[in-house]
Amino acid sequence: MKLTLRIWRQRNADEPGAMTPYEVTGISEDMSFLEMLDQLNERLILEGEEPVAFDHDCREGICGACGMVINGQAHGPERTTTCQLHMRHFADGDTIDVEPWRAAAFPVVKDLVVDRSAFDRVIGAGGYISVPTGSAPEAHATPVPKPVADLAFEHAECIGCGACVAACPNGSAMLFTSAKVVHLNVLPQGAPERESRVRGMVEAMDAEGFGGCTNTGECAVACPKGIPLTSIGRMNREYLRAVVKGTPSGGR
Amino acid sequence: MALATTRTARDPSLIGSLWRSTVGKKAVMAGTGLIMLAYLVAHMLGNLKVFFGAGEFNRYGHWIRTIGEPFLHHMWFLWLARVVLTASVVLHGVSAYQLSRRDLAARPAKYRHSRRRSSYATRTMRWGGVILALFIIWHILDLTTLTVNPNHQEGHPYQNLVASFDRWYVSAFYIAAMLALGLHIRHGFWSAAQTLGANSPRRDRALKAMANLLAAVLTCGFIAVPVGVLTGVVS
Ligand code: HEM
Ligand code: FES
Repeated sequence: MKLTLRIWRQRNADEPGAMTPYEVTGISEDMSFLEMLDQLNERLILEGEEPVAFDHDCREGICGACGMVINGQAHGPERTTTCQLHMRHFADGDTIDVEPWRAAAFPVVKDLVVDRSAFDRVIGAGGYISVPTGSAPEAHATPVPKPVADLAFEHAECIGCGACVAACPNGSAMLFTSAKVVHLNVLPQGAPERESRVRGMVEAMDAEGFGGCTNTGECAVACPKGIPLTSIGRMNREYLRAVVKGTPSGGR
Repeated sequence: MALATTRTARDPSLIGSLWRSTVGKKAVMAGTGLIMLAYLVAHMLGNLKVFFGAGEFNRYGHWIRTIGEPFLHHMWFLWLARVVLTASVVLHGVSAYQLSRRDLAARPAKYRHSRRRSSYATRTMRWGGVILALFIIWHILDLTTLTVNPNHQEGHPYQNLVASFDRWYVSAFYIAAMLALGLHIRHGFWSAAQTLGANSPRRDRALKAMANLLAAVLTCGFIAVPVGVLTGVVS
């Protein structure tokens, strides 16, 4: 395959960036999108140019490190991560636009790399359960009904890649935050911090400069793990319940 | 085990907490939107009385002023409704404005490809809301205060209404505003359920169907009146 790529190149956070065209040839349709970029980068290095910077780690679709907007869609045309997107979903001769996640809360570090540490601070404000350390608890001490376990697992699938924020016209982190809140709030282990968790995480999310939700649904379409839009409704309920109860926010 | 005792657990006020957070402010928008929606259902049903003639319609207009008597004084119920609706529209508009400002700031850069996957109703909530705000102002000046009404006869709502809708451009603006209202409710009703935490995977489809039904019934019900006047059914 022969492709024309137009990639966002930006030297650092302070300099302005621009879309820069590159021709790539000899692309196999079995390559992943990242392997295709690897091939471009090897050539750029040989030519003495700066390779295109992008985040990646597992390349198995489970770590959430990778992510770029391909032809206007977060992670490209398939419901998967960029590392698991294969070139067979493109046609020979295509022109492909590659841009970083765009959101005020995710500033560009370099090229396609953005700073997603805002997510870490949202997690720090309540996305955990407090347990005494020491010996592991007996596995059957806390029974979890099957539907609840399924629901928690469905939301634990979130890998925190940030595609929801990138896809949202408001740069909102509601789908991410709701995945984390629902995951822990439905489990008995998450119950003691149920109210302080949701308040802390929503407040942290607002403080990071993410936008609000307009129930547009772009996030759930982009999510490689299929976190449903209704999870945001569930988090809203948890939040309003906590505010009415008057429990102060958690986090430390 | 470390015990968290340093937290100065000053109870934040309910209203303050809601207003400060995006989720809470959106809940204010949803609550006030639903209040206005409930009012509009009653308002639409009342309007349809114009098809039963001037006597019936004007009697209905008079009855509205006497609701709650003798427990409430004359017009008190009406004024109560006006106060609640004014507060709702102001709170709704202010939260919509503040949240929209925030949303636009949170996504400063656009992508090369603008993909439109959300529905028309979803994408027009803001401009549709502006149209509704302008419409509400016009509507009050036209048929409540009668400031811009050509008939301007207090206590004769039927005659005022016919005189106003007899001007084709007034009817056209009214119909356009009601189409905007239908779109606003189509997204708004379901969105409010989601905002207030009443949505779930099981209810999602039913709520969307309900939103479509409410939007269609309200739009058709309101539009029937100017159409009736323009076609001479109501005169
Ligand atoms: C003053 C004029 C109005 C303005 C500026 C306005 C604006 C808005 C905006 C921007 C939204 C948020 C949409 C989104 O998040 O995608 C909204 C939601 C809504 N509006 Fe309005 N609107 C107005 C009048 C009305 C009226 C007259 C009704 C009564 C039917 C109404 C009912 C709703 C409902 C039910 C929602 C859903 C709230 C939610 O998304 O949780 N609005 N409005
Ligand atoms: S690199 Fe780990 S999910 Fe893509």
